[in-house]
Order: sequence, then C-alpha cells, then structure tokens
Amino acid sequence: MEEYMNRILIAGLLGAGLLGAAGTVVASDAHTRVIASTCLSCHGADGKSKSAMPSLAGIDKTYFVTQMKAFKSGERPASVMHRHAPGYTDQEYEKMGEYFAAMK
Amino acid sequence: MNFKRRDFLTAGAAITVASTLPGYASVGGSGAPHVVVVGAGFGGSTCAKYIRKWDPKIKVTMIEPNDKFISCPISNWVLGGMKTMADITHSYDTLMKKYNINWVKDRVVGIDVDKRTVRTAGGQTIAYDRLVLAPGVEVRTDTVEGYKEAAAAQKVVHAWKAGPETALLRRQLEAMPDGGVFVMSLPKVPYRCPPGPYERACLVAAYFKKHKPKSKIILLDSNPDVTSKPALFKWAWKTYYDGMIDYRPNNAPKKVDHKTMTVSTEFDDVKGDVLNVVPAQRAGEVTALAGARNDSNKAWCVVDFISFESTAAKNVHIIGDSVLSNLPKSGHMATNHAKVCASAIVELLNGRQPTPTPVVTNTCYSAVSETTAGHVATVFRYNPEKKQWDAQPGGGASSQGDEINHIFNWAWAESIWAEVLT
Repeated sequence: MEEYMNRILIAGLLGAGLLGAAGTVVASDAHTRVIASTCLSCHGADGKSKSAMPSLAGIDKTYFVTQMKAFKSGERPASVMHRHAPGYTDQEYEKMGEYFAAMK
Repeated sequence: MNFKRRDFLTAGAAITVASTLPGYASVGGSGAPHVVVVGAGFGGSTCAKYIRKWDPKIKVTMIEPNDKFISCPISNWVLGGMKTMADITHSYDTLMKKYNINWVKDRVVGIDVDKRTVRTAGGQTIAYDRLVLAPGVEVRTDTVEGYKEAAAAQKVVHAWKAGPETALLRRQLEAMPDGGVFVMSLPKVPYRCPPGPYERACLVAAYFKKHKPKSKIILLDSNPDVTSKPALFKWAWKTYYDGMIDYRPNNAPKKVDHKTMTVSTEFDDVKGDVLNVVPAQRAGEVTALAGARNDSNKAWCVVDFISFESTAAKNVHIIGDSVLSNLPKSGHMATNHAKVCASAIVELLNGRQPTPTPVVTNTCYSAVSETTAGHVATVFRYNPEKKQWDAQPGGGASSQGDEINHIFNWAWAESIWAEVLT
C-alpha cells in the first residue's frame, strides 16, 4: 500500500497541471483521472452535463464525498448511483472529489 | 498553476501543421510520440480524445472510413419508431478539430507489428509508436447458411451495426401488414450488447401494439435463457405485450431462406414476414491482421488489462467489443476500456507505469416501452492476481421498467455522445 501511495504521489507530482484541451488545468494522478473520467460518460463531457444528469465540474469536494457516502448507505435514494457508489473506496471518493472540484 | 491560453494555441497550431502531413509518417524524426487509432466508434473516439487531452505532445492519427458516427445504442428506438436515423447520427468534426486528431478516412488492410506500421486500402503506410485497434465486432454471416444471399437480396439484415441496415429493417417493419410475423434470431454469448435483442423485441412490440396490434414476434434465442436483465424483460413482455412475443430459448439458427422467408433451427422451420437474423460474432477483422485473435477459439483478443495491450502483439492495444473479458460488450464499457488504455499509453510513452488496479463502471439502460426503461449498472475493479475484473458490491439490474429510467436512458445517450465526440 505504501509503495502504491508513493507511486500515486510521484505520478501526481509528475502529472500535476495536466492540460485539458478545453483549457482546464487538472491536477491528478493516473488512477484518479481514470476513475473520475469514467463518470463523465453519464455526467457530461468536461464534467458539464447537457442532459438530465447533474454536472460534476466545479462541485464542492465535501458535498461530493458526502453524497457518495449517502448513495452507498442508501440514505440518499437514487436511480443508479446506489449501484455505483459502493464500488469505490472512501479514499477514491476523496480523490474524485478533488478532481471534480478542480475541473472548471 | 497558471495556464496561458496563448501557449496552448501555439502548440495547437504546430500540431495542425503536422497533421496536414499524411499520417505524420514524415514527421517521425521529430521525437513526438505517435499513436494510431483504428476505428472511431465509442472506444476508439474516446481513446483518441483522452490521449490528446492528457498529453497534448502525443500526436494521434485516427483511421476511420465512415463520414459520420452512427450509434448502436438507441438504434432499437429507431426500429420502434421512437427516434429517427438523424437522432443517432453525429458528426466527427468537433472531435477531430478540437483535439487536433489527424483523421485518415481509409481502411487498414495490413499491420506490420515488427516495423510498427499500418497500411491502408488507399496505399498509405503510417508509422506508430503505439497502435490502438477499436474495430467492434465482425458479424459471422458465414455461420448461417443462406444468410449472405438473403442479405445481398436486401431481404434479411442483422442491423447489429447501426447504419443503412437499421434504416432498411425499419422500412421492412413499416411495410409489414397488420397480422404479420417478425422473426428475430440471436446468437450464443458472447455477442455485442447482451440486452440488445430483448430490447429490440420490446420496442418493435411497442410499435406493433400501437399500429399493427394483430402482429406477432417470434424471438429465437440461441441461449438457454434471456442473457441480460432477464427479470426486466420478462416483466415487460408479460405486462405490456402479453401474447405478442413468443420467446423460444435454445433455438440457434442453422439456415435462412429469403425466398420462402424461413429461418431454420435444429428443430423447426419458422416462417415470418420480416426476418432479423443476428449471427455469431468475433473480434473485428483488423485484429486478425495483427495476429491478435488469440483466445482458445481464435475468436477474441486477450489483453493485459492494465494497458489493454495485446498479449500477442507488442505495442498493439485492443479496446471495446473485440476484447475477451468478463466485462459486458457495451458501448459504455468500450469508452471505459478507452480511458484506461489512453491513460496507460500516456504513462508508458512518458516512461512511467500505468495504474496497476484500474476501476471501470458499466451503465446500460434498456427501454422496454415508449415511456419506461430499466438499467444494469456495475463497478468492476481489476484484480491483477486473478487477471480478471471483480464485480464490486452494489451492482445489479432493474427488475421492472419505470419512467425515471426512461428519462435517464435518453439523458445517458445524449451525455455519452457528447463525451465521446466533443
């Protein structure tokens, strides 16, 4: 785990300031950018939804993490998010929250 | 972190100049890595976009002969008359321009894995550092006797790749008289889009119920039971279309005769007014050019899931329906293969290691009537010891359709098209 965290840290430092083509600066590690980007198939290109799904770009990190935990526990009812939320760790919620909060 | 827009525009301009050179072949000495992507469907388009997004110094060439993106998801809505071909047809212009992807409108006819080049039907030879193959499936029309003749006569189509066949099948359904019989045949697993055939039966039934209520549907399934969302579809058939859909499991097609409009199985000759035969499938043709159809049946491609690199062809990555895995063959999953693959290629071309335990998610909606739908959604985490994907807790499928899922079904389509193409 420690080695994994180091790798994330190094990847994060190397990858810091990755340039999104839409002009956004996204600081992240490779693991987080993969899991966060998979959310965007439903939540909109660049995290900006043009449909019934909510946007994720610029979301408050704490709000994001709280909602993921609420979907996981069932406290917040959902149409599909209760299927997704339990698939990620608390640490991944935090990382995804940071990633989306930084997305403008 | 300050980002200067001017710097980006300058870099973009340089790339645009390079992209006017055929396949970047002549800029090979520039030192910038070059990735060639073959196939601009859900997987290939997403992979090209994200490589450019995550590392703009990597040059990307897309080889795709079709002018437009035509979506398989929602194509059953076209067959049911709920949407039109225009609704599922989208331009590539934004994708190619916004991300400076060098689009070669051609087909790949040869791959030299040792020299790292692809050859196109138009005679170009294009060099790559990494090659991504995203061809979807090859439909094995040779596995059903008489299919090729029936297809050549425009009498029987599979419409399992959205496009002119979707439009033709819709016209056949429109021309069918009330009281007619629609026969659909589906292959054994694995095939593209597991719930697709059952959704198709539902939406054609919805059309019949409204416009041709005396008509029938015979669904010939090569499998022993409904292969995806069984509770949802069986609920819909009973609730909405009771007596209209005759579901026959364990009925693999052997032969189709378009002169007598008959599908023959091992047990039966089934006559219909409209026949829709979906034959068995395997990895897209182009994967064979790389020697990458390397599972035990020589049908699908075995990959290292950390990067989606073929285990048979070095520097060749394969994503989407062609891959052998325990993940569903869906457009949504193809986009997630693409993101894992794009991230890994960026890491590898920068001398770093990809994430060792990628996580992907599948979300798949099926409409069961004009106003209701259900879903299946599961998160999968790669298990490097078992070399397969572990379904995470919480995943599962709807057992009944509802209006909320129908709203999100269409919203999902609009979102994923935007994510793939803009």
